[in-house]
Amino acid sequence: MSYTEHELAKDLENQEYKFGFVSNIESDQIPKGLNEDVIRIISAKKEEPQWMLDFRLNAFRVWSEMTEPDWAHVHYQKPNFQDIVYYSAPKQTKKYESWDDVDPEMKETMKKLGISMEEQKRLTGVAVDFVMDSVSVATSFKSKLKELGIIFCSFSEAVQEYPELVQKYMGTVVPTSDNFYAALNSAVFTDGSFCYIPKGVRCPMELSTYFRINEGGTGQFERTLVVADEGSYVSYLEGCTAPMRDENQLHAAVVELVSLDNAEIKYSTVQNWYPGDKNGKGGIFNFVTKRGICETNAKISWTQVETGSAVTWKYPSCILKGDHSIGEFYSVAVTNNYQQADTGTKMIHLGRNTKSTIISKGISAGKSSNSYRGLVQIHKGAHNARNFSQCDSLLMTDECGAHTFPYIECKNSSAKIEHEATTSKIGEDQIFYCKQRGISEEKAIGLIVNGYCKEVLNQLPMEFAVEAQKLLTISLEGSVG
Amino acid sequence: MIKINNLHANIEGKEILKGLTLEVKPGEIHAIMGPNGAGKSTLASILAGREEYEVTEGSVDFDGLDLLEMDTEDRARAGLFLAFQYPVEIPGVSNINFLRTAMNEIREHKGMDPISAKEFMAMVKEKSALVELDPKLASRSVNEGFSGGEKKRNEIFQMAMLEPKLAILDETDSGLDIDALRIVANGVNTLKSDKNATIVITHYKRLLDYIIPDFVHVLYDGRIVKSGTKELAIELEEKGYDWIKAELV
Ligand SMILES: Nc1ncnc2c1ncn2[C@@H]1O[C@H](COP(=O)(O)OP(=O)(O)OP(=O)(O)O)[C@@H](O)[C@H]1O
Ligand SMILES: [Mg+2]
Repeated sequence: MSYTEHELAKDLENQEYKFGFVSNIESDQIPKGLNEDVIRIISAKKEEPQWMLDFRLNAFRVWSEMTEPDWAHVHYQKPNFQDIVYYSAPKQTKKYESWDDVDPEMKETMKKLGISMEEQKRLTGVAVDFVMDSVSVATSFKSKLKELGIIFCSFSEAVQEYPELVQKYMGTVVPTSDNFYAALNSAVFTDGSFCYIPKGVRCPMELSTYFRINEGGTGQFERTLVVADEGSYVSYLEGCTAPMRDENQLHAAVVELVSLDNAEIKYSTVQNWYPGDKNGKGGIFNFVTKRGICETNAKISWTQVETGSAVTWKYPSCILKGDHSIGEFYSVAVTNNYQQADTGTKMIHLGRNTKSTIISKGISAGKSSNSYRGLVQIHKGAHNARNFSQCDSLLMTDECGAHTFPYIECKNSSAKIEHEATTSKIGEDQIFYCKQRGISEEKAIGLIVNGYCKEVLNQLPMEFAVEAQKLLTISLEGSVG
Repeated sequence: MIKINNLHANIEGKEILKGLTLEVKPGEIHAIMGPNGAGKSTLASILAGREEYEVTEGSVDFDGLDLLEMDTEDRARAGLFLAFQYPVEIPGVSNINFLRTAMNEIREHKGMDPISAKEFMAMVKEKSALVELDPKLASRSVNEGFSGGEKKRNEIFQMAMLEPKLAILDETDSGLDIDALRIVANGVNTLKSDKNATIVITHYKRLLDYIIPDFVHVLYDGRIVKSGTKELAIELEEKGYDWIKAELV
């Protein structure tokens, strides 16, 4: 009673986005705008082989013919593609040979972001590739991974060092013409991560890429390609943050996963791009295409915790091509203030006895809008395909919106498809119960929301799960109304 | 311990408490009885800090603190515990995690360090044995899928863990089988000391055979209209509330 709602609201305004700082690192930028010359410049700056340039130019032509989609349940001012800087790299473009060579300001940035690159910090057991403004800055644990034949490096490096692998797989899961943003990305992407796990190898540590937008006026277009060769296993993590700015910045990434026979890829994302301020000003437009393909008996599991971005448009999907392959999608999407998210998955069942599971937990607060959009497609040859979908929405206020758009296309009568959906308002009774036991409102909401998301959070690697829990609590602070 | 003086309270414009006065001293057990809708749960909710109720008059002193000015969580941290008539389910949050969070918040409030995992688990073991709560329930989600009786037992388990100064038990006996009733009562009696106090809200004299109250009060139409000892409960059981109503006019 002594703490009024007014005071609470005040406190929240002061609750700053923790990663909103800008690092003062000199960058190498090209002028704004997009045309074939810009693409040639990007390619030249990266000293790319001809085939890569050709790939880009082709993509640019495809993209030029396309129009921006507007079927998603989001509203935003469409970006002006001529007003974006397509190449921005921290000045020292050469990769650091050792940690000691890293620019102090850069080290400071990573420290603020909580990224540990130092090889001596082996305890954390996570190998990190740090990508800032579309350029991979440093990759740790490389040598150790190399002993096992695992390739983990920046995309640019892969283009130079492993052209045959890149050429073989790039664009096979997300073709250039797939959609507007994928085509744009294919034309202008500047970096990203590449990972290859050889036959039968179980990657002994989590591989992780940390994406950071630093410069203003830039877009970030990175590309990730993960190939798990037959019988291999890898767990891959991705984290994202950006400074607070009044402008909207565009992030259009492409992630392709290839899980060959008997292989397994676990791909986890904690997305915390700057969401804009409480009035909906600024924030990242996060338009991402993520897709994986499973060969025989292979598995791909997507886990995402989405708390950031002003607008999110993202459907990590699985093509279950091989017999007995498995696709999973576990998602928590939180929207607050004026954030908008339209996210979900596509499970494309082609092979026999393929199985997919979708668990989606949407949490809406403030005046935000949160949509689940999912497609389960059972093709003719997919005998005995199974799908289980559960889409739950939790509302924190009366002003927010939650929507569910589940699509099912079934062409094989032996399929078994189950869909469950619930919408509930966060319980005042639950919060009161917690408070009566001495737990503060903030912690109570944290507990309840984390409990609500438990099935998804359980899928995350340990260190990430803890981070994600904190993030959920922060994202929703004082959001009940 | 607690001094409730001339408490008036409304919900949605309707006056529920109409000048309720009650004092509970350390070491005492008070029973409150009264017909359905008299305002017993309302009293418990207001003491715990539910915001839907508007207090229009009166005061509550809790161990020297102005209770009505405090936030719900601060009241709990100061040692007020409510065993809910209808305990709430919190899916996905384990009982253990819930209690540990609560306990550490209370400790932090008192300037104490968080309880060690070892100490906590030892306490869980001891207290769950006291209320004969199946240890499996301790690691399940808070009240989720618990039977009615299990929920009530879980409330007493939480009370035992948090060691409050003043516990208010709102119909903890309803829905309990005879053995569970004995167990819950045994829990309350074991925890009794000259430093804490208990208010038991009940409809049945039966519970008072196990938890012997120092005082019995009748709450009727928003007021305490009659107070006495255990004998009063026996009289009520025999004569019903009509007898009180008749006396009032
Ligand atoms: N949220 C509310 N809105 C309107 N009326 C309410 C609300 N909560 C309680 N009341 C009313 O207040 C009165 C007192 O209710 P209360 O729950 O305190 O009774 P009680 O003595 O605990 O009864 P019982 O023995 O049935 O548990 C009842 O008439 C009830 O309908
Ligand atoms: Mg009641």
